[in-house]
Amino acid sequence: MSTTPLPGIGVQYDLTTREHRHLSVIAHRDGTRTVNVYRADDPDACAQALHLTEPETALLIDALSPGHHSPNLLSTTDLGLVAERIELASTSYWNGRVLGDTRMRTETGVSIVAVLRRAQAIPSPTPDFRLAGGDTLIVIGTREGVETAAAILGRT
Amino acid sequence: MHLTAHVTTQVTAHPAVLLSAESQSSAHSSAVFLIEFGAIILGLGLLGRLAGRLQFSPIPLYLLAGLAFGEGGLLPLGTSEEFVAIGAEIGVILLLLMLGLEYTASDLVSNLRTQYPAGLVDAALNALPGAAMALLLGWGPVAAVVLAGVTWISSSGVIAKVLGDLGRLGNRETPVILSILVLEDLSMAVYLPILTALVAGTSLAAGSVTLAIALSVAGLVLLVAVRYGRHISRFVSSDDPEKLLLVVLGLTLLVAGVAQQLQVSAAVGAFLVGIALSGEVAEGAHGLLAPLRDLFAAVFFVFFGLHTDPASIPPVLVPALALAVVTAATKIATGYWAAKRAGVAAKGRWRAGGTLVARGEFSIVIAGLAVTAGIEPSLGPLATAYVLILVIVGPLTARYTEPVATWFIRRRAARPEAAATAE
Repeated sequence: MSTTPLPGIGVQYDLTTREHRHLSVIAHRDGTRTVNVYRADDPDACAQALHLTEPETALLIDALSPGHHSPNLLSTTDLGLVAERIELASTSYWNGRVLGDTRMRTETGVSIVAVLRRAQAIPSPTPDFRLAGGDTLIVIGTREGVETAAAILGRT
Repeated sequence: MHLTAHVTTQVTAHPAVLLSAESQSSAHSSAVFLIEFGAIILGLGLLGRLAGRLQFSPIPLYLLAGLAFGEGGLLPLGTSEEFVAIGAEIGVILLLLMLGLEYTASDLVSNLRTQYPAGLVDAALNALPGAAMALLLGWGPVAAVVLAGVTWISSSGVIAKVLGDLGRLGNRETPVILSILVLEDLSMAVYLPILTALVAGTSLAAGSVTLAIALSVAGLVLLVAVRYGRHISRFVSSDDPEKLLLVVLGLTLLVAGVAQQLQVSAAVGAFLVGIALSGEVAEGAHGLLAPLRDLFAAVFFVFFGLHTDPASIPPVLVPALALAVVTAATKIATGYWAAKRAGVAAKGRWRAGGTLVARGEFSIVIAGLAVTAGIEPSLGPLATAYVLILVIVGPLTARYTEPVATWFIRRRAARPEAAATAE
């Protein structure tokens, strides 16, 4: 898997399969995705380019993810890591404060992978990302870490 | 961009206004203004729909609309002219701001580092024909610099759309095309201040001071944006779309105005604001400002057409065509070379070249600077004709350069064999 930035458009992720077929996914800045399959006679050119909206992408991910058929995107891994959804109350202390202020990584060691807000996901929020009541944070860490994180985020 | 300096309100020429009594004149002229401006915008909307149906960029239609409304056109306008002039200025500022928002400062710096040879080849191959043409026509060195810019800068807007429409976003040659566009846009930040100084007719000493200021400011902004972009974005950031819109727009216009005062160009000021904003703010502002940009950019193209007399286009049609043919070929060569350098195979090289041919909004922005300064009366019409040709031809060359080139190469490869079998 390699990534190429496409300035002004988004980011391209390339994958070459074991059968030497090449496919790529372009993450557009508006959250949509394009899935490209390349031609056999001209490996530089797309034979097919499928443009998917966010809900379509989510459905496709679900269909592709191995071993489970439930639409829950989080599952516990075998490595002792836990992924949790933590929702911010509208009366939360963090409403309107930036993510860096929570000192989450220092305090608990968990990573905040994404924030879900109004039917869109913001992946890898930066420390200057401003939280709002009603946000759902997706955190990954140890069991204790995630519990501490939930306590911190539950502050009102 | 001292657009307003050369706009004469033709209130006196407007019979409707002459008829109105002095007391009612303001209310009446505002009504006339609303009717005129509304008709322009509605006309543009309908033209845009037509362009959408025909699957090509609306820019040529907007230019043609401007030609139709302007001096010597079908329907000369009166009262709304002043507003259109200011709208055009805002249009240029928004075009450049949005361009800056598209890129992060690190995008620019990394592209500059890795792709600068392609940028230099691009500049040499495509700016020189324009300059040569201006000198051939005997327009003098300033017009040569203007026309060099017109033929040099490809249209990021048209090209990004064409790539999407043809399903080529994932192609190997696409990053090459995009990096050339990024470098051209970055070059604008250096080129526009030079042009502004030249067009204003400043002396060499004053011009060099202006240029030094412009370059150091641009460098400083890039540096600040790379280091502290986060803090600037935090200052501007707001969850409420309304406040974000007001802050970003206000900041941009203010910086553009200050840049104008310093004799750097207003457009460059706006571009640098766009570069300095990053992350969440850039995303949000992009969504909020896109409709505004579309409105005022359309007004800008109309304004440009307004200031071009349709009767002046036929005499410059031959040089415009010649220039279009030559610079289409040089862009194809540029793309071919840059893609080859990036290790793309032959077909992809031809595609990269063909895609880069389209010129558009920035050629008109550059020509607009010269036209409002009154550099050379035929320059506006030439630029208009040139852009009209290439904005329409560009998407076609993007689509067909590769198949045509492949077919030619095959035929030439087949010919010796055919001769051999005949013997």
